[in-house]
Amino acid sequence: MAAVDKVQVKDGVDQGTVEAVRQVGEAYKYGWDTDIEMDYAPLGLNEDIVRLISSKNEEPEWMTEWRLEAYRRWLTKTEPEWAMVDYPKIDFQAQYYYARPKSMEVKPKSLDEVDPKLLATYEKLGIPLKEQMILAGVEGAEDAPAEGRKVAVDAVFDSVSVGTTFQAELRRAGVIFCSISEAIREHPELVKKYLGSVVPVSDNFYATLNSAVFSDGSFVYVPPGVRCPMELSTYFRINAENTGQFERTLIIADKGSYVSYLEGCTAPKRDTSQLHAAVVEIIVEEDAEVKYSTVQNWYPGDENGKGGIYNFVTKRADCRGDRSKVMWTQVETGSAVTWKYPSCILRGNDSQGEFYSIAIANNYQQADTGTKMIHLGKNTRSRIVSKGISAGHAQNTYRGLVSMHPKAKNSRNYTQCDSLLIGDKCGAHTVPYIEVKNNSSRVEHEATTSKVDEDQMFYCRARGMDEEEAVALVVNGFCRDVLQALPMEFAMEAQQLVAISLEGSVG
Amino acid sequence: MAQPQAKQTTLEARLGSMALPEGGLWASAAREAALTRLQAIGLPDRRDEYWKFTRPDSLVQAEAPHAALFLNDDEPDSFAAVDRLKLVFVDGVFDAEASDDLTLEGVRIERLAVAAKSDIHWARDLYGVLEGRGQTPVARPLATLNTAYATDGVLIHVTGRPSKPINLVYVHKSEISDAILHHVIKLDPEAEATILENGPAAARFNKVMEVDVAEGARFHHIRTQGRDHERRAATHIFARLGAQSLFKSFTLTANGVMTRNECVIELLGDDAVAHVAGAAMGDGDFHQDDTVFVTHDALRCESRQVFKKVLRNGATGVFQGKILVKPGAQKTDGYQISQALLLDEDSQFLAKPELEIYADDVACSHGSTSGAIDEDALYYLRARGIPRPIATDLLTMSFLAEAVEEIEDEGLRDDINSQLAAWLERRRR
Repeated sequence: MAAVDKVQVKDGVDQGTVEAVRQVGEAYKYGWDTDIEMDYAPLGLNEDIVRLISSKNEEPEWMTEWRLEAYRRWLTKTEPEWAMVDYPKIDFQAQYYYARPKSMEVKPKSLDEVDPKLLATYEKLGIPLKEQMILAGVEGAEDAPAEGRKVAVDAVFDSVSVGTTFQAELRRAGVIFCSISEAIREHPELVKKYLGSVVPVSDNFYATLNSAVFSDGSFVYVPPGVRCPMELSTYFRINAENTGQFERTLIIADKGSYVSYLEGCTAPKRDTSQLHAAVVEIIVEEDAEVKYSTVQNWYPGDENGKGGIYNFVTKRADCRGDRSKVMWTQVETGSAVTWKYPSCILRGNDSQGEFYSIAIANNYQQADTGTKMIHLGKNTRSRIVSKGISAGHAQNTYRGLVSMHPKAKNSRNYTQCDSLLIGDKCGAHTVPYIEVKNNSSRVEHEATTSKVDEDQMFYCRARGMDEEEAVALVVNGFCRDVLQALPMEFAMEAQQLVAISLEGSVG
Repeated sequence: MAQPQAKQTTLEARLGSMALPEGGLWASAAREAALTRLQAIGLPDRRDEYWKFTRPDSLVQAEAPHAALFLNDDEPDSFAAVDRLKLVFVDGVFDAEASDDLTLEGVRIERLAVAAKSDIHWARDLYGVLEGRGQTPVARPLATLNTAYATDGVLIHVTGRPSKPINLVYVHKSEISDAILHHVIKLDPEAEATILENGPAAARFNKVMEVDVAEGARFHHIRTQGRDHERRAATHIFARLGAQSLFKSFTLTANGVMTRNECVIELLGDDAVAHVAGAAMGDGDFHQDDTVFVTHDALRCESRQVFKKVLRNGATGVFQGKILVKPGAQKTDGYQISQALLLDEDSQFLAKPELEIYADDVACSHGSTSGAIDEDALYYLRARGIPRPIATDLLTMSFLAEAVEEIEDEGLRDDINSQLAAWLERRRR
């Protein structure tokens, strides 16, 4: 982190921010590995590997075929090159596509049977796989309700789900929360109906690869009218070397339901880069609401840009029903290369999509991230707020699309992207696409801090602040809001970032 | 670099039997170099990211699509009231009869067709050179084609401060004309000039203007693109700015079935200022694309991009704007705004306002909005007895004002405003 230590920052950039960013880049706390015996699939990728993954997961024939079809499609596709990221060509035959702890060969029947080494791993990560109130030792816990807060966790270790907590209690509420491999076996009708319906098999190079080789991930079904009684979360841990992680998450919020889902991820320090290509599909039916929060903290590589995760992720929510709502919140601090655009298809009338992102890139990290808001239904609304911070030699790009289709009458979008550069060796970029095909919709894209909420401004000014102070307060307040909205147990690193201010943004 | 087969075929068809024009040493070298570059990059097709919002087909196809001549109404030509030196091109060919005498104090004006015959000429350092610099990071093949095949145009060397603007008038007389014009303008240190352009030019018009603005020089450019409904145009401006120089360009596009205006500006000297603005008014079969690329490569430079589009009856407006701030270009002040006023349900606005920043002590802001006319403002005006159509026009004029205000000269600004008002008034009848 020498680069940031010596850096000269321009006037107006908050020192607390510089310090917070420095700390994020300095010590990667999750870089240790777990010494555990593993079973690997043979190196490389071919139809046999796809079949092997399918058979390891004890999948029905239709699923194997679905994967093979994806694999054949993938062979015809070429890697996308449009993102502002630069990395050596990936040798897809030099990776392991399946790695499972030996102790997981026989699926544990309950959490008590899980290999203590695995349990210790999650304990050390701060994610105890116990059905307990989340209170002990967690920063910020004082804000939690007195009776404590329950969070159900699905823990994925390399290619397999180790266990899922609170399943029984969730089942009583009608909520299905399990690994996707279990869902394929136990709830094939739901999986068949929804898998690939938001991110089609051949959507893009990495999604197609994922469709062929995904090994595990989480599955959520919330039945009509049910408000999920606790937060759900998945914690992804990459441990094995030269192994790609390909997880698949499928979340279905049926009519009038609500669920808040959280995702965290870490990996050990390794000198070689590792591939992570996930797909997340969310289906939101009439009047349903899904909150999806991510703290992405994959190993970012060292201060010279050695190692780190290549994070190529396709995340998409389909707001199918009228008045449905989805909110993506992401804090991106990890990965050597990030290629990620959580998107909303606003199909139902009056549906809503929101995207809040804080992306921090340090050292030699490269992040190309943003969102797509596709407005198809009438009176649909979307809001995009993206904060990008670059330090060291990092490159941080916001890339987004706002599309108003001819039938999306009376729709609204508001986009605000701010970038902050710490030092003169890094870069910040904004690549928004705006397509407006009807005139009753309003689209506003701003990349300045001047357009903050008028009501909030009025409130601040009425209390004697001058305009500049008021703007700073409102904008910085936003960062804090996002960070504090994150579930505590995943937000330790995020809480450091509360000190961050976007004062001195370049635009 | 090998091109996909489809691109090869398109290029071969477009070049057809066209031969590189004959010329002296400097011109031949520039043309041959351009042809080599063109063969490497190929012509744009709709798979190109840079042509995502505009289909280049009609601009690259072998023959110019037919364009009916526009029967002008009683409205006078642009800049008719302005004291100016007129150079007239008919379907891309200089018309000496219709033009004024080319002598004007503080400036030397030559035809490319004549200067290209010499072996040595000052234009050698600029012709195809600024265009060539503008080919990275994004290829602009239509400009390269222009450099290779243009036979006419003007070379203007501004040595002082000429007393009146130079007006390039483009007359369209043939329904199938396919015109290529290439102009080079060189401003010496502290020189100042205004270039006016107007007229539809041809059924299909490919124009390049290379502008070199030396230290402390000031360049003003105002153009109107001609109201022929079926005309097509692909134009490029490549400008290079020295220290403390000024570049200002304003374009009015009203009508025309296809217009792509690219403007590529490099701020190479400290404290230079570049403003590029446009007002576009489209009704019906109208596709208008402003593609701007501003590179900041010096200290304390300022750039502004201001683009406003009024669209109705299915018209399409496109804006692709980029500010690139290179490492070390500290204290850059970059601003970019693109706004569309959609007057009905069928019109479209497509935009990609981009920033790419590699310096930390800069301020760049960009905004892009799109929407219908403000009903509250309309109600306010109507409540004061102003009929709806007139109120709509008033609001439209005020929407366009920020772009028109970029014209410094009051007389020229009034000229543009009266053209805008006339366009709106015709549609009220």
